[in-house]
Amino acid sequence: MRVERPLRVVLAEDSVLLRDGLVGLLGRCGHEVVAAVGDAEALITAVGEHTPDVVVTDVRMPPGFQDEGLHAAVRLRRDRPTLPVLVLSQYVQRRYAAELLDSGDGTGVGYLLKDRVGQVEEFVEALGEVADGGTVVDPEVVRQLLRRRRDPLERLTPREREVLALIAEGRSNGAIARELVVSEAAVGKHISGILTKLDLPPADETHRRVLAVLAYLRA
Amino acid sequence: MHPRNVWQAMSRPGYLLGAWPWRSAGYLLTGAVTGAVVLVGIVVSVAAGGVLALALVGLPLLLGTVLAGIPVAALERFRLRLVDAEPASDPHEAPGEPGLRAWLSTRLRERATWREVGHALLFAGLLWPVDALAFTAFLLGPLSVVATPLLMAVFGEAKVLKVWLVTTWPAAVGFAVLGLLLLALGAYLLGVAAGARAGLTRLLIAPREADLGARVVELARSRVRLVDAFEAERRRIERDLHDGAQQRLVALTMTLGLARLDAPPGPLADQLAKAHEEAGTALAELRELIHGIHPKVLADYGLEAAVADAADRSAVPVDVDLELPGRLPQAVEAAAYFVVCEALANVGRHSGASRAEVSGGHRDGRLVLRIRDDGRGGARAGEGSGLTGLADRVSVLDGRLSLSSPPGGPTLLRVEIPCGPAS
Repeated sequence: MRVERPLRVVLAEDSVLLRDGLVGLLGRCGHEVVAAVGDAEALITAVGEHTPDVVVTDVRMPPGFQDEGLHAAVRLRRDRPTLPVLVLSQYVQRRYAAELLDSGDGTGVGYLLKDRVGQVEEFVEALGEVADGGTVVDPEVVRQLLRRRRDPLERLTPREREVLALIAEGRSNGAIARELVVSEAAVGKHISGILTKLDLPPADETHRRVLAVLAYLRA
Repeated sequence: MHPRNVWQAMSRPGYLLGAWPWRSAGYLLTGAVTGAVVLVGIVVSVAAGGVLALALVGLPLLLGTVLAGIPVAALERFRLRLVDAEPASDPHEAPGEPGLRAWLSTRLRERATWREVGHALLFAGLLWPVDALAFTAFLLGPLSVVATPLLMAVFGEAKVLKVWLVTTWPAAVGFAVLGLLLLALGAYLLGVAAGARAGLTRLLIAPREADLGARVVELARSRVRLVDAFEAERRRIERDLHDGAQQRLVALTMTLGLARLDAPPGPLADQLAKAHEEAGTALAELRELIHGIHPKVLADYGLEAAVADAADRSAVPVDVDLELPGRLPQAVEAAAYFVVCEALANVGRHSGASRAEVSGGHRDGRLVLRIRDDGRGGARAGEGSGLTGLADRVSVLDGRLSLSSPPGGPTLLRVEIPCGPAS
């Protein structure tokens, strides 16, 4: 189980309104925003200065208002592969999520729609998950992916796909069991089924979960 | 059929009794007057400009003289309507941007401007006296002969054309009859003179084939500019919505989310939950709307990723097999993306298909896209399918959109747009 602890956060968001709101929200939940910046360059500098527990960044940022925030996150993780990064996006984009998950070893990253910020408790939970090395992908991205035919995933049963989708959303085995109203042992059985069918050799359990999510995203 | 010009009018019976001889006379008379005025204007401004040029201030005046060819030509094209119903259009291009400098540089570079200057000089120096001479010889001369009896009655004698002295009534009447014949002959000669004059004017100051070619190019360019402006406007709207309404809505849902944490259970908490949900729905709708206006993934990752994204969103499962050498010009990417979206939307709405496929690539300097589905077919461009608008949009880029959809299917939509990779 995850240990609840206060996190030191570096926040990058160009909209002052949202930035102030997020600082307030994180403060409310017992976390400390050590730096709140408005562009990608300042984000990289701030991370160098403060060595935070987790980075929260918007995708679109000045100066170009394209995907500067995402690229800054990828750059940060290239230099420090274990730095947890949660990226907030206004858009549901498999490409953004895939690029982010490809950085580092795919652990300790999250890609969420900005809308989720409104679900305060879920959002803070997801942040904690990422800070602890978990992987969180927005349910909306997952939902879209389910519609597609994915060759490597064709061998999975519908139930296994459901479980994999929930893993991608960053749920623990317990949470998955509650969601699907099955026992935790049954979830464990589905997961080992998924890992076998995706040819993921037995190794550290958490790590294989991430690889399964990656396979799912890239398919 | 009414005659279109004086030449046609002269070739038909009834010319003498119609308006055309008078129109010809009017054309020549106004020509003589205008030409004289132009001559005076040119002489005065060149003289003044020449003198003042020593002090440099005369140079704009000389430039003005050169540009005076333009209004003179415009007036002449207007006057042309007296004897020629075929309109002579303005051969000048519109300047690329507003302002005097742009206008000047456009005008001074055009061949039409210099032809018009030449026309003005010819008009002032040679043509208007000819107009005046023709008018006098072919209209005033015969008229004065016809008027012989009248002059006799007033003065007791008349000198026809200042040559023959007439003192008897029979002679006067004879001259009057001769005068009528001359008037009829003069009417034709007036027509010939006016027609020739109009022909010369048209030759000098109406647009030529080469100018027309330039106009077609200009029209095509302006169409492309229009599409570019449209695209820019899309991006602006997307940015405004994103930076304004969307950020505020996110902030609002965040505030409502926090308020829900604080609210004790009860009716207030229920109301807050409802408001929170509504705001969340509004945000989701706004997100879809913004995506439809200008998807970010297209700008950031290009057509391949954007098509994969469109396939992700499609209600019908879509296989994508698209390989591109890299980024394509913005306009091409946008047009191709919206074709794919519209096609997939149609597949979802009308085709009853269970699978669709988007394939294509970049070959021989063209982007080729094929969108195929296994539905019931019978799709037609037009009929509110939105394909007509897309075909127009593709054609602006010199591309082609073709649809094959026999009843029973399958439906295949094919798009080809010539383009190189983006620089």
